[in-house]
Parts: sequence; C-alpha cells; structure tokens
Amino acid sequence: MPMTIAEKILARASGKKEVKPDEIVVANIDIAMSHENADMARKSFLEIGVEKVWDPNKIVIIFDHRIPAESEKTATTHKAVREFVKAQGIPNFFDVGRGGICHQILPDHGYAWPGAVLVGTDSHTTTHGAFGAFATGIGATEMAGVWTEGKLWFKVPHTIRVEINGKLREDVSAKDVILYVIGKLSADGANYKAVEFCGTSVENMSVASRMVLTNLSMEMGAKVAFTPIDEKVKDYLAGRNVKGSPDWGLKADNGAHYERHLVIDAEKEISEPQVACPHAVDNVKPLSTLGKVKINQGVLGSCTNGRLEDLEVAARILQGKKIHPECRLIIIPASQEIYLEALEKKYIETFLRAGAIVNPPGCGPCLGIHQGVIAAGENCVSSTNRNFQGRMGSKDSNLYLASPAVVAASAITGYICFPKEIGGCEGEKKLSDAKMEA
Amino acid sequence: MKIKGRVIKVLGDNIDTDLIYPGRFLNITDKLETPKHLFEIAYPDLREKIRPGDILVAGANFGCGSSREQATAAVKYAGVGAVIARSFARIFYRNSINLGLPLIISQDAAGEIEEMDEVEIDLSGGRINDISKGKEISAISLPEQALELLEGGGLISTLRKKHKIHK
Repeated sequence: MPMTIAEKILARASGKKEVKPDEIVVANIDIAMSHENADMARKSFLEIGVEKVWDPNKIVIIFDHRIPAESEKTATTHKAVREFVKAQGIPNFFDVGRGGICHQILPDHGYAWPGAVLVGTDSHTTTHGAFGAFATGIGATEMAGVWTEGKLWFKVPHTIRVEINGKLREDVSAKDVILYVIGKLSADGANYKAVEFCGTSVENMSVASRMVLTNLSMEMGAKVAFTPIDEKVKDYLAGRNVKGSPDWGLKADNGAHYERHLVIDAEKEISEPQVACPHAVDNVKPLSTLGKVKINQGVLGSCTNGRLEDLEVAARILQGKKIHPECRLIIIPASQEIYLEALEKKYIETFLRAGAIVNPPGCGPCLGIHQGVIAAGENCVSSTNRNFQGRMGSKDSNLYLASPAVVAASAITGYICFPKEIGGCEGEKKLSDAKMEA
Repeated sequence: MKIKGRVIKVLGDNIDTDLIYPGRFLNITDKLETPKHLFEIAYPDLREKIRPGDILVAGANFGCGSSREQATAAVKYAGVGAVIARSFARIFYRNSINLGLPLIISQDAAGEIEEMDEVEIDLSGGRINDISKGKEISAISLPEQALELLEGGGLISTLRKKHKIHK
C-alpha cells in the first residue's frame, strides 16, 4: 500500500511493514529534546522512580526560554537540570552561551535527520520536518515516560498535502506563505494531522525558509509537517555530525492517500506580505488592508525567524537608517553560531547603529517572560510565532506577526509598512556595496 | 469510568495555553503550585468560580498553542473533574490523559449545556447526561489507550505499576 512520509516513518519506527491513518502504534524514539521544562520532566521522572534514563545519548537538553536566568526561581531550576544532566550522564547539553534556540540547535548539531522520530517538550518541534524527521511536541510527563522507556504511542495521522507553486515576489517570504496557509486552513485546520508541503515555491526555498513552514504548521494544529528531502537538506546537514542514519530517499509513495490536497498559486494568491492580527495566528490579512497601525516595538527573532537569512534581510533594510524615535527594535539571533556569523558579516553593527538592541540567542520576549515584554496599550510587530492575547506582556497589548522584512521596515517608519516604503528588501543601497565603501 | 459535577463554561473557541496558564509563570515546575495562575491574566473571574469537582465545558480547539504541561496541571489541580470540549488541541489532550485529567469531545455540549447544570460523563460509553435538564448529549468515547491511562490514574502511576516500583 502506498504511504505518506509520516506513515513511512511510523511504520519503520514501530517495526511494521505498513501503517494506516488512525491506527495506534508504539514507536521507538530517536531523539528526545527538552529545554527549561526538563525540570518538570525531571520531577515526573523522579515520581516514576526508575533509576536511570533509557539512553542518555538520545536525550538533548537545551536552555533557551529564560537565558540567562531572569530570576532566582529560574536559576534554581537551571541548577537542578544541570545536576540531573550530570547524574544521568547526558552528553548532549547546551548551557547558557553554548547553544541558542532549541529548534536551531537540533539540526545544526546533527540531532534531526530524514526518517528520525524526534519528540520535544516544545510545541514548535514540528520544525524538524524540514529535515525529514517525524518531529512533534509532547508534555513534560510524557517526556519523563520517554526517558523511562524510549518509546511512545502515536495515532497515525491523516496527511494534508499543501502544494505551493510559483515565484515569490521580492517582499514575500516563507513567513508570508505560511501565514497565508494558516489563514486559509484556520487554527485547527491541521489538528492531529501531518502536513506535506510541496510545489515549486517550496522547492526553491532555502532550508532555513522551509523551517518557517514546518515551524508554524503547529499554529494550525499539525502533529508533524514535512518539506521535500533533497540536495539542499543534504548540503545543510553535511559536516554536522548527524547522530543517526538518514534515509535520503525518503518521500511519499506515488498514490499515497491524502485527506486533502490544497493547491496555492503563490504569484496570484500571495501577492503581498501577510500579517496575523491580534489575537490569533489565523487572523491573517494582506498588509495593504491593515490601515496605519502605529507600533511601539518590533521583535525579530525566535525559532520561527531568527536565522541568518532573516538577519540579512533586516540588515539590508536597516543599513544606514535609524529606528523611529517612538519605536524600539529587538533583534535576537537564533543561536551563538548565527550570532557570530551576523557579527562577521557586520549585520550586528548595522543593527546597533540603527538603534536596535540585540538580545542573546534565546526565546526572549516571544513568550512574554523577559527581554522586551510590552505594556498595556502598546502595539508590537514581531517575526515570532504566536500573537495570543497577553503572549508578549499585557493582556491589553496588541501583537502582529509578520515577516522579518516587514518588522525591520516597520521599525523605521513606526507603523506596520511594506518594505518598499523605505527602499525595498534590498535596501536603498545594496549591503555589499555599502560594505565596500566602508 | 463516570464523572459527575457542576458545569462551568469557558466561552469561545481556540482558548489557548497562554490564556489558560501565562508563559511568565512557566518557571513554576511544581504541578501543585500551578493552579494559582490558572486563567490569571485573561479570565480571573473564571478562576474564582471554579470549585473542586467542577466540569469545564468549552468550544473548539481548547488548549491550542504551547506544549506547557502547566496548563493542564493548573486545570487538574484546581480540582476540575473533567473537561468537555468541541475539540482539543493535540498536546493539551495528551497532557491531560497523562496527568489523569478526564476529557471528552462533544459537538453539542457547548450549545446544549448551561452553566451550573449538573452533568454526568460516561467516558467509555461516550455519553453525557445533563441531569439538570434530564437530557442525554452525545459525545465521542475515548480511545482504549487513553482510557487505560486515565483509569490507571495517569502516566506516572501506570509506569510505576508496569515497572513494579513501590518506593
């Protein structure tokens, strides 16, 4: 029987020849990732009472939600997790200053590969479908169960195929594409389901951009999401010390069954940047219909959009410009590695000269903890992943989600705007020319 | 498995985990400490109303968003006996089963049941009896795996039994 990507991975991981949607299988776990909530998993693990984790080499712990510790309470949980890591002999631990956002660290350090089953105590674990992993979020107690047994039950999901074709306009990025898809399918349009993205627009995207599609698929409820496994993925993972055996030929069989097949003509349908308006990710509007929305803050970063290409487009737009006096701009590179590259390419200098502040690699204000929370009555445009009421601070604030280019441009004008209003995504001067002049 | 209780309604669809349990309190990793922040920012009145044994009735996609187990823990340890919704977000659903918080999906409950009604849920049978109205409301019975975990008191006690841990 022809199978989808999700079905193929679950069949292999559960030792079956084939599986069908709605069937319950018990799959072996290849990688089990936690961040700060490893402390909650640790407490559940102690309650279960087994002495040792099933396989320390398959457990990855990455601090990113509250780094460096913003309170004594967090410092205490960090310390408890460090002690647990040591006691259990877990080698894959990324402490403050040694890593960055978990969903950047996993692929960059070889913990995600085609065919892997990866679970994480973070909903945006779906990101790793860009590397062909069946990757999904679970809770802390369930993680304690994985640490105990190394396996987990799954209901085999139905799959939705999302085909996106056509060349994207200069000011339309992967973020605009996925916001458009979420607007179309709604916040629970893919609940419990797998999503397979395909089509020429997706094929032409960089791996970093494809990660935006799989990351935000969570915001329509997806259990897992995949983009094509091709040479680009192979190149990305080359030299990254992949911890498993990648199935480079992994793809859906011809004739695999899809519950739904959505076809999008990107050139026609996504002809301008998209914005998710308060307070729901599926409240998506084309930018031109927004009117003039004044903003007090811009945020560029997160597991959705904190990669080098995101910083690059922002640097082009901000080159030689100043942030609007009544607006702040917070920029967060997704990892130490990306931070260093951005430093070498002088993007960081551009940001600082423009009046932006650069946060350490981590989740920062995305979930309203620290490093840029917003007050009642304030508006923020952000490249992050959720705009739920109160997500970034006050319940009386408004959060708009947009692409890195729109965030950077809006920070200059002080209202949510098209990049073309301040010279386009290439900036008024090409960055490379500016560097030569310097 | 049957659960009886008084109904508190959570209005609207897509009640997300930030509304249930705000991100700023995620450094609380003790399950029993979580209820004090339940619905704290968005619906403080709702939190005040909940009494032990109450049954929440919600709309579609309840618990969408983050994987934070604190959201489920806050509901469970506030004493909520069960949650009925038109649908649940995937991770919230699994977290609830794992923590031993009974859930049931019903298309009609949010429309038919009123606040303060007394209801009885039959998890395995997939039925809700609105005792106050004398009316049966259809629901979807839980999958066997989920039911076993709930009947075993959640994942921790199920694994303790399985691995014969008595300490």
